[in-house]
Amino acid sequence: MSRSNFVIAVYVENKYGVLTRVTSMFTRRGFNIDSLTVGETEDPDYSRITISLSGEKSDRIQLVSQLKKLYNVRKVVEITPDAGIKRELLLIKIKTVPETRSEIRDITEVFKAKIIDYSAGAMCIEITGDSNKIDAFIDNVKPFGIIEMCRTGIVALERGPESMLEK
Amino acid sequence: MKLSGAQIVVETLIEQNVKTIFGYPGGTVLDIYDQLQKKSDRITHILTAHEQGAAHAADGYARATGEVGVVLATSGPGATNLVTGIATAHLDSVPLLAITGNVATGMIGSDAFQEIDITGITLPITKHNFLVHDVKDLADTIREAIRIAKSGRPGPVLVDIPKDVQAAMCEFAYKAPVERSKPEPAKDADVDEAAKMIAEAGRPFIYFGGGAVRAGAGALISELADKIDAFIGCSMMGLSELPTKLDRFLGMQGMHGHYASSKAMAKSDLIIAVGVRFSDRATGNIERFSAGARKIQIDIDSAELGKNIEITLGASCDICDFLRKLIDRVDYKRNPNWAAKIEKLRAQEKEQGFVDFLPEQAIKYVASSVTPDTEIATDVGQHQMWTAQYYDFEKKRTWISSGGLGTMGFGMGAAIGACFGTGKRTVLFTGDGSFGMNLTELATAVTYNVPVTIVLFDNGTLGMVRQLQTLFYDKNYSNTTLDRKTDFVKLAEAFGAKGFEASDIEEFRKAFDEAYKTEGPALIDLRIDKDAVVLPMMRPGGTFDKLILGEEDD
Repeated sequence: MSRSNFVIAVYVENKYGVLTRVTSMFTRRGFNIDSLTVGETEDPDYSRITISLSGEKSDRIQLVSQLKKLYNVRKVVEITPDAGIKRELLLIKIKTVPETRSEIRDITEVFKAKIIDYSAGAMCIEITGDSNKIDAFIDNVKPFGIIEMCRTGIVALERGPESMLEK
Repeated sequence: MKLSGAQIVVETLIEQNVKTIFGYPGGTVLDIYDQLQKKSDRITHILTAHEQGAAHAADGYARATGEVGVVLATSGPGATNLVTGIATAHLDSVPLLAITGNVATGMIGSDAFQEIDITGITLPITKHNFLVHDVKDLADTIREAIRIAKSGRPGPVLVDIPKDVQAAMCEFAYKAPVERSKPEPAKDADVDEAAKMIAEAGRPFIYFGGGAVRAGAGALISELADKIDAFIGCSMMGLSELPTKLDRFLGMQGMHGHYASSKAMAKSDLIIAVGVRFSDRATGNIERFSAGARKIQIDIDSAELGKNIEITLGASCDICDFLRKLIDRVDYKRNPNWAAKIEKLRAQEKEQGFVDFLPEQAIKYVASSVTPDTEIATDVGQHQMWTAQYYDFEKKRTWISSGGLGTMGFGMGAAIGACFGTGKRTVLFTGDGSFGMNLTELATAVTYNVPVTIVLFDNGTLGMVRQLQTLFYDKNYSNTTLDRKTDFVKLAEAFGAKGFEASDIEEFRKAFDEAYKTEGPALIDLRIDKDAVVLPMMRPGGTFDKLILGEEDD
């Protein structure tokens, strides 16, 4: 079986210790997660965890089944590539010298990124997009020298008018 | 009425029909113990010698009765001593409620005396756990914990109650005992698909486990097998759900399973797995395990479907409902070639085995001496496998043994718990290694005059590990020779129990008859050969094609 990338969205009760329960299960069952994000939702009683992992189909089925068994988990949905919108946010600090600034500005413009801080010797840039776009942006600015960077990991929503909780 | 948290704990347990709890007091559960004493006419507390023994006793109680077992311990070491017991229950899906005290909420996180993060520690070995912050949530948390423990695939739930929550006052009103959540019914499409696969199969085999015991599916399994001419085997956890002597039942399969059962499963073209998880002890090398067979797996836990092995059809539902619908749906069928093949395997099995094998003789004698409803508890090791292989089970839920975790030291506590659960005598088969781990519970058995008959297979070694060293480590017996000079008869007497010794079957019969007549606990130290082995045996990670059948095979 071939390995591929999966994105799974999980509604969990917004309670103390719930994230630990989810991540403890991953450790215990040996799932290797590529990224995990967690945040508030439209309903203050629930948080939404977005998990991205690569693995075989059986890994995905097992992960979803094990998630559903956790007491504080309300809903688990796989966001398929066709039905979902996936985004990541990147903050990146790039070395600059007077000669490179305009080129970095050009790249920023092409990628629809935003310069959010400008100082002597460095620029701080914000960009959102799917993971491929972020990867491509990083590749483009790498030659200038990356001082530090921080990616949020994937957040995802399904297309269409429904809420995941109601489905 | 306004009650303290500690009163609420006790009242909620009484409300939920908990009759017996096992435990050990300490600083952070003093309030609860104070109340337990005052309500001793409505709820019985059994004081064990060690918290681990209490956890195993609650587990044994649950296995014997099907009810939720309850254990109570203090914070810190009291709580950590429960961990092996909770993990044992988790791996074997036993409904267990563990209640622990903790330091006052204001002190949590300060490394106070006997403070430990027990909800953190037990996260991966409980179905769920709770730390109660507010006395207002206490009663409903205990109710919910009991519901979780017994619903779906059962398991242990821990409720940690800080000392100040036990002291705080709150309004309390009784509620009805919580019901087990109703499992999903079987889907017709799955039943149809299964029936189609059965119609196409010529060598069907039903393989069941602990889930079938939990659901009481034995009669339906037997009925299905009769209708479709299938043969039946079980995992160790499935034992006692069907009578050993049932014609179509070939017994336990797996690493030390019956020859005919293991071989039949390997040669089958359709395995119908009922409440069983294809554990590594049951399958050996998963890549090569019955590669030619299609597999239907029916389990209440959807996460088990295809977890360990690729399956053809999985159904997550009430297994009894599935079997009932399936029996209606399938046609009567005979598979004469398959039946003939099974007969051949059975004949081969009869030719194997040992001559005048003392462990077998002793186990068979016990089986023929006791009433069929006698609970049979074991520890872990050779004695456990021999009992699984040779004991004739007749009644459901009479087999109490640690399967998934394989916990040495489980037996003493579990046997005591089973006695309290059934109010009847329990026979414990143990070994000198396992017994050494929790023999302190003899004190509990004596104190409460518990009717437990202990058959100790004493070979002065850790026999099961020694067997592995014999076969796979060139007989380099590293740290498995005990020869501890312990006099188990005197030891039993020192605790206030009766002790007997025996070194052949005649002596054993006499000793057992005496021990069995004893009102309270009695122990028989049965000396057996240190080189006695458990056969057949599949090498760890091996296949059923190459079972070790005699000592000369390797």
